[in-house]
Amino acid sequence: MSIDYSNKISDVVGNMPPSAIRKFFDLASEMDDVISLSIGEPDFVTPWSIREAGINSLKDGYTHYSPNSGYTKSKIAICDYIKRRYDIAYDQKTECLITVGGSEGIDLAARALTNPGDEVIIVEPCFVAYKAAVTFAHGTPVVISTKQENDFKLMPEELEAAITDKTKYIILGYPGNPTGAVMTMEDLKPIRDVLMKHPDIIVISDELYCELNYISDEPSSLARFPELRDRVIMINGFSKSYAMTGFRIGYVLGPAPLVAQMTKIHQYCIMSAPSMAQFALIEAAMNGDDEVKKMRDEYNHRRRVILKGLKDAGLECFEPYGAFYAFPSIKSTGLTSEEFCEKFLMSKKVAIVPGTAFGVSGTGHVRISYAASMENIKTAMARLAEFTDEIRKGKV
Amino acid sequence: MIDQIELLKLIEKNSQLTTAEIATQLGAAAADVEKEIADLKAQNIILGSTTMINWDETNVDTVTAMIEVRITPVREKGFDKLADILCEYENVTACYLMSGGFDLMLIYEGKNLRDIASFVYDKVATQEGVLSTATHFILRKYKDNGILFKTKDSDDRQAIVL
Repeated sequence: MSIDYSNKISDVVGNMPPSAIRKFFDLASEMDDVISLSIGEPDFVTPWSIREAGINSLKDGYTHYSPNSGYTKSKIAICDYIKRRYDIAYDQKTECLITVGGSEGIDLAARALTNPGDEVIIVEPCFVAYKAAVTFAHGTPVVISTKQENDFKLMPEELEAAITDKTKYIILGYPGNPTGAVMTMEDLKPIRDVLMKHPDIIVISDELYCELNYISDEPSSLARFPELRDRVIMINGFSKSYAMTGFRIGYVLGPAPLVAQMTKIHQYCIMSAPSMAQFALIEAAMNGDDEVKKMRDEYNHRRRVILKGLKDAGLECFEPYGAFYAFPSIKSTGLTSEEFCEKFLMSKKVAIVPGTAFGVSGTGHVRISYAASMENIKTAMARLAEFTDEIRKGKV
Repeated sequence: MIDQIELLKLIEKNSQLTTAEIATQLGAAAADVEKEIADLKAQNIILGSTTMINWDETNVDTVTAMIEVRITPVREKGFDKLADILCEYENVTACYLMSGGFDLMLIYEGKNLRDIASFVYDKVATQEGVLSTATHFILRKYKDNGILFKTKDSDDRQAIVL
């Protein structure tokens, strides 16, 4: 007798579509010699000294669970790093939790804060996990679609218009995936002013790309405003800035009563983040600045090559100052985002991701990752110019 | 305004970039890059450029030796006089003044062992002021001038949704 699994699945999970990015990966994986500018992770291997710190911890026999919230010395290293870079003081004992990547932090925050029916403002286009995390936590996502003419920054009037009596918290991520947009402290001031008028709203600030900022050495965060510091849950980690994606290590910083609740979920579901990675992060947080700078400079060079390539291909793009993505408009080609990506992949063997995968506001855009070698970027940009030329000549 | 150090690091890593490519990567005008490079050459900051070649993969035989040289410094000219002389030999690809148990370190690219032996005996040891030499042969190069001597890995990252 065959089992009908469809009625076994929870509605909230069953109704969640798989990420739209998947389709293009599947298509690309069936083809040979594809240049991929579609992957959202650094192409650099983790700097050796960081890898070595992880290896040494294994040699020294640190193969056990760590305390639930993380090793004390790892949390001290994180809090020292944040104090040094952001000038915000967090108490490692009560305000810091080490997680399995930034993604776990987002999930923990959503689950700790959301009651069924709570409205959660999500600033799109954004990382695919925000909406899913809120939905899995039985919250109601309320989307703000940021606009290209505002460089995909959140505008205070957009935030004000989205807030209702039911708004529980807001999730935003700058520097942003998929746009590469950055909000400086100056840009964040009017957002702070709106939030000050609504003192009950909590902020989840995803700052995984904080070190990949090409306009300012200083990371910007709503948590840096002292009047907001105790309303912000900062999600951060080492994956993007330190090329440590496979270590699966991140952290959450925030007010003690909220971190305590997140720690509760973490201890029941995860127990503790990988010990080896917690040792590696100490080296990253304490001695990683020079390595990060090297990678950031290289990304910045590639970023400029990509922007020139887009211009040469006749595609409009606002200048992204962060992360490792460009998010050009392809509206002038008359194709939809999906059509553009599919035809580009099929005819030129370059994989990029349609903007719609990151929310409705990504319509008419594509995400191009420059976390790839300069050689591949140059070849891909030359093929892009050919491709748009063929579109204009009606050959596509 | 061009960041001079950023420019130098960029071309140190890849001397084959065109002026236009450098300009794009630095977000500068090509004319400014050209002027900056000319200035840096005039100041002897940019001295030259070479291409790193893995000769082991060709049919050309080469042997590289590191030769330690102990010398008596010459009055007023110190170690420089002998260093200048030894640098004149084209196959001496590097010459450093060292701290520690010897004074000069030469790197010498020869055709074979005999070639290097004759350089050490005939050219180095016979120089006035040379007290002794010690020659070490390089068996295998793993990394030179920041470049690894192994096949480049292709981008083998598998797809992940994010």
